[in-house]
Amino acid sequence: MFLELQFVLPEIGLLALAGVVIGLDMTLRRAARRSLGWVTAAGLAILLGVAVWSALHPAGDEILGGMLRADTLAASFRVIIIAAAMLSVLLAMGVEGLADRGEAYALMLVATLGMCLMAAAGDLVMLYLAIETTSIPLYLLAGYLKRDTRSTEAGLKYFLFGAAASTVMLYGFSLLFGFTGETRLAAVAQSIAVGSMPRVLWVAAAMLVLVGFGFKVSAVPLHFWTPDVYEGAPTPITAFISTASKAAGFAVLMRVMLTVFTPAVAPYWVGVVVAMSVASMTLGNVLALTQKNIKRLLAYSSIAHAGYALIGLVALSPLGVASTLFYLGAYVITNLAAFAVVIVVARIVGSDDIAQFAGLSRRAPMVALALMIGLLSLAGMPPFVGFVAKVFVFAAAVQRGYIWLAVVGVLNSIVGLYYYLIVLKVVYLYRSENEAQPLPVTAPYKWALGLTMLGILVLGILSGPWFDWAIRAAGSIY
Amino acid sequence: MTFPILSIIVFTPIVAGVIILLLPAERKGWIRGVALLASAVALLLSVVAYFSYDIPQGGYQMVQKIPWLPAWGISYHIGVDGLSLPLVLLTGVVMFTGVLISWGVDDRPREFFGFLFILATGVFGVFVSLDLFQLFFFYEIAVFPMYLLIAIWGWQKTREYAAMKLTLYLFIGSVVALVGALAMFFASGLHTFDMLELERAGFSGAFQRIWFPVVFFGFGVLGGLFPFHNWSPDGHVAAPTAVSMFHAGVLMKLGAFAALRVGIMLLPEGAKVHLPWIIFLALVNVVYGALIAMVQTDFKYVIGFSSVSHMGLVMLGFASLSREGYIGSGLQMFSHGVMTALFFAVVGMVYDRAHTRDIPKLGGFARKMPVVAIAFIVGGLVSMGMPGLSGFIAEFPIFLGVWSAQPIVAMIAALGIVVTAAYIMIIVRRVFFGPMPEEFEGHIGDVTPLDKLALGVLSFILIALGVFPAWMAPLVASGVNSVMRLLGGA
Repeated sequence: MFLELQFVLPEIGLLALAGVVIGLDMTLRRAARRSLGWVTAAGLAILLGVAVWSALHPAGDEILGGMLRADTLAASFRVIIIAAAMLSVLLAMGVEGLADRGEAYALMLVATLGMCLMAAAGDLVMLYLAIETTSIPLYLLAGYLKRDTRSTEAGLKYFLFGAAASTVMLYGFSLLFGFTGETRLAAVAQSIAVGSMPRVLWVAAAMLVLVGFGFKVSAVPLHFWTPDVYEGAPTPITAFISTASKAAGFAVLMRVMLTVFTPAVAPYWVGVVVAMSVASMTLGNVLALTQKNIKRLLAYSSIAHAGYALIGLVALSPLGVASTLFYLGAYVITNLAAFAVVIVVARIVGSDDIAQFAGLSRRAPMVALALMIGLLSLAGMPPFVGFVAKVFVFAAAVQRGYIWLAVVGVLNSIVGLYYYLIVLKVVYLYRSENEAQPLPVTAPYKWALGLTMLGILVLGILSGPWFDWAIRAAGSIY
Repeated sequence: MTFPILSIIVFTPIVAGVIILLLPAERKGWIRGVALLASAVALLLSVVAYFSYDIPQGGYQMVQKIPWLPAWGISYHIGVDGLSLPLVLLTGVVMFTGVLISWGVDDRPREFFGFLFILATGVFGVFVSLDLFQLFFFYEIAVFPMYLLIAIWGWQKTREYAAMKLTLYLFIGSVVALVGALAMFFASGLHTFDMLELERAGFSGAFQRIWFPVVFFGFGVLGGLFPFHNWSPDGHVAAPTAVSMFHAGVLMKLGAFAALRVGIMLLPEGAKVHLPWIIFLALVNVVYGALIAMVQTDFKYVIGFSSVSHMGLVMLGFASLSREGYIGSGLQMFSHGVMTALFFAVVGMVYDRAHTRDIPKLGGFARKMPVVAIAFIVGGLVSMGMPGLSGFIAEFPIFLGVWSAQPIVAMIAALGIVVTAAYIMIIVRRVFFGPMPEEFEGHIGDVTPLDKLALGVLSFILIALGVFPAWMAPLVASGVNSVMRLLGGA
């Protein structure tokens, strides 16, 4: 029991770090609190190292009485989540109203803790607790700018939608528990496999559970909250929700759907997820076409990316799981790069309108280049990581005979390319009056941009070792 | 280990591009210096590689293979044969002359050369790829920078539209082909993207019949194949001079080359089924392209449509499925690349001085810029297929090959050549001879020495290939052997 704690070292560290940040927040003078971001980011960097170490040395099985699973898949998601949290904290350091608030950093750490537990949960109770530990801090953070009506609206909307989805999901959990008498996922799966539950009911349970998870990953038709929340929430929080929270959502989605409702017994949900994937890609990309606000555009693009990642899930193969994991890693790092640029620009020009990006390439060529790399990676252009990631998910689909799904994905990526190019056109082509003014980039943003650019290129060009890692992680399910 | 000459050729441009992007924007002299140096190095190495290929030995040479993504059987695998080597040389030539001609780019030259060189790496990379995944990797790198190059530095009136149209067309083509490549990967069961192994995969006839059109048309878009050609004139016209040269000169070859390497060579049975009807599309390219070129009044559009027409000849050679046809196509890719680069360079020089490309408004330029006029006439004669110039060397075998396959097609295609002769002569008369309009008198000067050097290099190659084809024809023929081996197998 005591030895097993080594596998949750990152989680323990997150909790301790949250305590330290709150403590410092109470003792430090207001001016000194700005450096809390550095403390949090440095702490997360150390925990990232621990998480990587622990991903390379997984226990491979259930720990703590079956509450958590310490396998490579969980540990890999934990690496992605902690990395996303670290970058989001860096992004928060330049935003008025967040930068000098210790509690904001502490809330982000608690949400990160919840996400790590989501990825590792091996029991329905643990899973529900982890989801709520994640969600509640995020509701607060989305509405954190109390004097900004859009932020308040975002917080309330996120809370209402989230609570509703959570309730529906809980109902699904209760069906599973009621009929099988088990809460451990592995035991529930065994019980379903021997036919303890009428087919109608577990199909219903699967659908109810999908509602909760679909909300977390913002897949159509559970995406309605996304644009408003992404637009209204403080941008670093938007970045955090759109990356870490989505990755954690996919972690539970894959684990529960593939292990509890094993496809061998229950192929019925697969068709629904295929439909969700197609709808998410298509709707996300098509609605992104008309957006005038960069945060809304990225919101719709994130819906589309959830659709691409779902392709890996419906392939129902080790390759599929590995490709989804790789895709999420790629998406997280790329999307954070894009949001970093959005914040850098919005801090100075004071607006998130795409039109405000005019002349950026003359004003700050390096920032414009970073945005270009980020958007092209999202569009799936080599040598950036988005290209290999897309090839992997499409390959997973083709391998399982879903050639039409790969074609839908491919056609959607063309629509995607169109609106990313529109943004780049504004950045590179249009002139603005203020292009002679410099655009200062402060140290946290230099770090965030540097790290994400490095990630985009290294993962994109030297993808081999990372993909092997993802294949190992897929071994946790298959 | 031997000297990795191909790798150095491939990566010189991108390394130079990154260095250029990191230089301070106001150091325009340094930027141009690095650009010229890098393109000279790339050209020099391509020439060295070209002449160090051992023709009697044949096959792929200067091969280098390093595992890249072992889980997928993907490796960094490069090498050249008789078909790709001339295109590597072509890229080196166009890159070098393109830099010379772009000396005067004054709006953000750092980004201009940076993006142009990233694109060049993509082009070199595709020509030397022996791995299917790697081919796509470089293909996309070659396509994207085009968007920015056209949208930022292009012709104000149409650049946004043309850049977007071009990028989307090419991206659609390449991703559709990518799905075909994935299907090949899984169907082969070999678990490798290595094209040399996929050649031996022995795909079933049904598989080849289904996937050949997907792959061929996917790449054919970039090769300007009718009815997917219509991004190309718009794109060429809107692009700045060096980019038009690159685009028509090299990128369209990229499409034709990939259609050959991936479509015909990996799916030969499919090729035999489908190419006999695709030949008619190629025929439309040749004749229709020439007719449309004839009625244009915009100088640059004429050249743009002439590219569509000439690329049709390349496709015609492929579709003839005969040895002569492939030799002709291989030569035509090189010859047309140099010729069209020359044409676009000339158009750019005229436009930079006259500020109009409307043919009826131009005239008498031969007196002010004789070198340009001579160069254009050389290019024009090549374009008509005049013996003694490279166009004849390339087009004659194509017609031989097509005649053996479909005599009627060859006869109709020959009409395209007649029309070509007509529009070239019209341009020579209207633009370069006749009276010069008064508005141009006085302020039209001659071109710079760098421009003359670029035109000289391009004209020299066209003439050299025409009078002494032996420096390229045997090489191309050795490359065609492997294509014929695959096509003749069953």
